Amino acid sequence: MKAPTNQTATSSAGDRADARGRWNPYLVGIGIGVLSWFAFGVLDEPLGISTALSSASSVCALPILGSDGVADNAYWAKNPLKWNGGLLFLIGTFFGSLLSVLVSRTFRWEKVPSTWSQHFGGSTAKRLVAAFLGGVIIMFGARMAGGCTSGHGISGSLQLALSSWTFFLTMFASGIVTALILFRNRSGAAK
Amino acid sequence: MTFPVSAETARWLAIPMGILFGVLLHRGGVANYNVIVNQFRFKDFTVLKIMFTAIIVGGIGVLLLKSTGHAQYHIKPANMLGVALGAALFGVGMVLYGYCPGTGVAAMATGSLHAVVGFLGMLVGGVLYALSFAWVEAHIQKVAALGKVRLPDITGVPDWGWFVILTAIAGVVFWLIETRFTPDGGTPILTGNNR
Repeated sequence: MKAPTNQTATSSAGDRADARGRWNPYLVGIGIGVLSWFAFGVLDEPLGISTALSSASSVCALPILGSDGVADNAYWAKNPLKWNGGLLFLIGTFFGSLLSVLVSRTFRWEKVPSTWSQHFGGSTAKRLVAAFLGGVIIMFGARMAGGCTSGHGISGSLQLALSSWTFFLTMFASGIVTALILFRNRSGAAK
Repeated sequence: MTFPVSAETARWLAIPMGILFGVLLHRGGVANYNVIVNQFRFKDFTVLKIMFTAIIVGGIGVLLLKSTGHAQYHIKPANMLGVALGAALFGVGMVLYGYCPGTGVAAMATGSLHAVVGFLGMLVGGVLYALSFAWVEAHIQKVAALGKVRLPDITGVPDWGWFVILTAIAGVVFWLIETRFTPDGGTPILTGNNR
């Protein structure tokens, strides 16, 4: 077996610290699967993130559109921001991750992740612009598709929904093509 | 359909469930930019392992709950053009951002500043969608709208048959990943001949 020098040599100490606190991905998958039993059997609501997030975005539109403008919008009229299970779940996700990162002592500030800097250098501005644009595109896409990796990818696929399997496969194909283009010929320090 | 707790109690139970979800995302390693991006580069298969396992374990359990009258399905409508276009955009955004909406929220808590900036981007994306909602609804969501269709409906293969097929595929894929792929070396799965 070839010595795994490539990535280990270029990954930061922080990356390795993160990896130490990890659990077996299959067990994590089982955990999320079991969690979805409770989501269906107790909450009567599939696990999801992007519906609550897009409802929350109405707050950002308030200063521009005013409260009447937001209230008149057909999308937010259909998905108003309220303290429903979806929003509480979203908030719980943040604090769960915070709890986990504090217990495992892996909290660290990260501006430019290692895979990015290997290909595009250490410029913080460049990374933040890409992250912002990516965020805009991913949420627009999630709402157009009707769900994200949680709502479609996991909750929808496990119900064998045609829409969700279409989402899952198309999203993966599109991501693979995007990664091919974005990371082409620019292996940088990794080579 | 009766559920063990009232809707009001269920709403508050969403908090501990969200906390568990956040813990699982972080400990699974998917609140990490490198792990997500490297899935799409076939250099890390953590995302696939977690999602595929969750779908099978979750799906079999929910199927049993449903068939014993303890749960109901919530199927998202198959507006095929909207789902396909949205998913294509989603894939582009996921590689640029390096997170999906849920893992982005989890990553903010780990100290990822670019996850926070991307989160603001997601809020802007939500606003942009709400503003274009009427147009998208009229011109895109009505194209090839098949309704709340499930794979068993269109194929005739029953639910349990699908889970047998999915479990078999997962078994083969996971076996290939675990035997042909060396995570640290970043060796693509198809050339994993160097063991």
